[in-house]
Amino acid sequence: MPLVKLTAAGIEPVETVWTRLGGEDAVPATGAVLVPLARWQAEKDSLLARADAVGVWLAAGETADSISGDLDRLTVVALDFPAFSDGRAYSTARLLRDRFGYRGELRAIGDVLLDQLIQMVRTGFDALDVKAPVSGAAVTVETIQAALSRYSLVYQVAHDPRPPVSALRRRLAAGGQA
Amino acid sequence: MYRYDEFDHQVVRERVAEFSDQVARRLSGDLSEEQFRPLRLMNGVYLQLHAYMLRVAVPYGELTSGKMRRLAHIARVYDRGYGHFTTRQNIQFNWPKLSDIPAILRELAEVEMHAIQTSGNCIRNVTTDAFAGVAADEIEDPRPWAEVLRQWSTFHPEFTYLPRKFKIAISGGAQDRAATFFHDIGIRLVRAESGDVGFQIIVGGGMGRTPRVGRVLNGFVAKSEILSYLEAILRVYNLHGRRDNKYKARIKILVDALTLEGFRAEVDAEWDRIRGSVVEVPAEEVERIGAYFADPDWQALADNPPELAAARSRSAAFNGWVSANVMAHRVPGYAAVTVSLKPVGGIPGDATADQMDALADFADRYSLGALRVSKEQNIVLPFVRQDQLYALWQALVAEGLATANKGLISDIIACPGLDYCALANARSIPLAQMISERFSDIARQHDIGEVTLNISGCINACGHHHVGNIGILGVDKRGEESYQLVLGGDATQTAAIGDIAGPGFTAEGVVDAIETVIGVYLAQRQTGEPFIDTYRRIGLTPFKEAINAAR
Repeated sequence: MPLVKLTAAGIEPVETVWTRLGGEDAVPATGAVLVPLARWQAEKDSLLARADAVGVWLAAGETADSISGDLDRLTVVALDFPAFSDGRAYSTARLLRDRFGYRGELRAIGDVLLDQLIQMVRTGFDALDVKAPVSGAAVTVETIQAALSRYSLVYQVAHDPRPPVSALRRRLAAGGQA
Repeated sequence: MYRYDEFDHQVVRERVAEFSDQVARRLSGDLSEEQFRPLRLMNGVYLQLHAYMLRVAVPYGELTSGKMRRLAHIARVYDRGYGHFTTRQNIQFNWPKLSDIPAILRELAEVEMHAIQTSGNCIRNVTTDAFAGVAADEIEDPRPWAEVLRQWSTFHPEFTYLPRKFKIAISGGAQDRAATFFHDIGIRLVRAESGDVGFQIIVGGGMGRTPRVGRVLNGFVAKSEILSYLEAILRVYNLHGRRDNKYKARIKILVDALTLEGFRAEVDAEWDRIRGSVVEVPAEEVERIGAYFADPDWQALADNPPELAAARSRSAAFNGWVSANVMAHRVPGYAAVTVSLKPVGGIPGDATADQMDALADFADRYSLGALRVSKEQNIVLPFVRQDQLYALWQALVAEGLATANKGLISDIIACPGLDYCALANARSIPLAQMISERFSDIARQHDIGEVTLNISGCINACGHHHVGNIGILGVDKRGEESYQLVLGGDATQTAAIGDIAGPGFTAEGVVDAIETVIGVYLAQRQTGEPFIDTYRRIGLTPFKEAINAAR
């Protein structure tokens, strides 16, 4: 189950091992952890005092507002997809990025499938914890790259910088290269 | 009509490649059926009772002769020689093999067609008035905006995994022929006192087990702000719509829960933050799209040419067909013709491959190559010269396509029902056939006049029974098919949900009950009063009493 980070250089596998904690799990002494929102709110000082990285994960029903006051203290926010068919996190991602100006890592976790990666990137995610297919076939940087390159054109303006088709048409009409 | 440019072609080609890959991964086992299901649904592939079904998008109901011929070809080569036109202006093929679907999609892409978002919990095919650009009562042609919305909604990254399906209809007429009050979002072009044309936005209409007349969310949204307004609505719905119960997941339930005022406050708060932003489609893009819908070169013609008048007085059958199936055109000397897909004893909305080819030929010969699919499951030829109506009618007669019943009792909307559908509780098609046979006397139909009759085979209401002047709902009653009668529904701007007229009937019983209802109407109607107006004047009681007396 590879975790990758999208950077200007491309798709980079993340070497750090992240432990995702539930509501009751003890915080390990060392190692990077993702904690649920309630734990973060209750224990943020002790969590930040640890030597290793800490991030917060939001369940699908938890809102961007609930974490907005802490965004400048966080380097990783993860949004959970309890099922790939639950699309709330796409809107939460837009709000974190566009309304609250969050610039840190925004990670997709949970039921993150190859077929949804484009939408994730377009709505502001820059880290993807991609789930392996049921067949057990490996997910690699190449398969992720292939999934992200599936569409060369987009019709809408979203969070990502891709120009929509209407802008390409304008450039073409002005005599430029699309 | 709109034509793809290189970019539109590219998007559809990439979609074909993606779905072909998804089918291959399903066949190889890389995707489970559970994982494949939403992906295939997003591309219009359903698993029905007996086979896969493919729903092909006909964006806002517009076809050319070339597209229609390709649909005929697909019906012939990959299906059993027919297709079924739907209430959302699409076409369904009932018997394709999953392994053939990539090839079908390639064939469609060649003629600028696809099956994108014809199902799934995403923004579905945007529908409009089948008489758009033709009707005399139009404020403005809605089709350019329907195309703007098609592009905006195609693979929208934020709104592809909504709580439930999401249907948008747009209408430009004073008369609403697009059922905008029964969509998740209905959009009507309106003119403000200032003279500016913009959009009235209606939200939360729908049918199914919780029928709702849509509520006016905003009386006037400027054209330059429409996409941010829609995004605000969709974002509120995506975040707050229920996901725990699919029957309570449509936006109408959220509007109920928050109240219209509460929902509006949420939308306005969201809209304030994104209003008029870069999400809007640039004005020159609207202009570019609009140019595709410019008028053809009309001939200078007069209304009611002598040939037409002579033919009408010569042939009573032709005269009846003109009265029912021919609509006035905003341009003198032209007409919009409805080709009924509701022959006596036929399956509403079905057309054979040969009929589709014939319709394509007639479109070329008589309608500048243009066709429309109507939400009543008929085909419209929008640009016919009045002096050619008789020739067209003769050609239609030869193909069995001249049934003169548009808007009459046998112009039945029906869902596929238990003959095809895995969700149905009862059959719809045989009942539609029985009703059209019972009322087969066309002179009698013309005497009864304008009335809509809609049949659904289950509570999901795909046959729009809630909004038929006469509606029939098929239910399963202890293993037996039973049919409930609903009266007084209306899908137009005078929108209404029908009233249940007592306990259910057998199939034969409901046909008799319809006879009784029509009998009450004929006895009670005032001169020139259509069924729905009589119903509104006298109410349910006299109908119910007569039905019960005849039980």
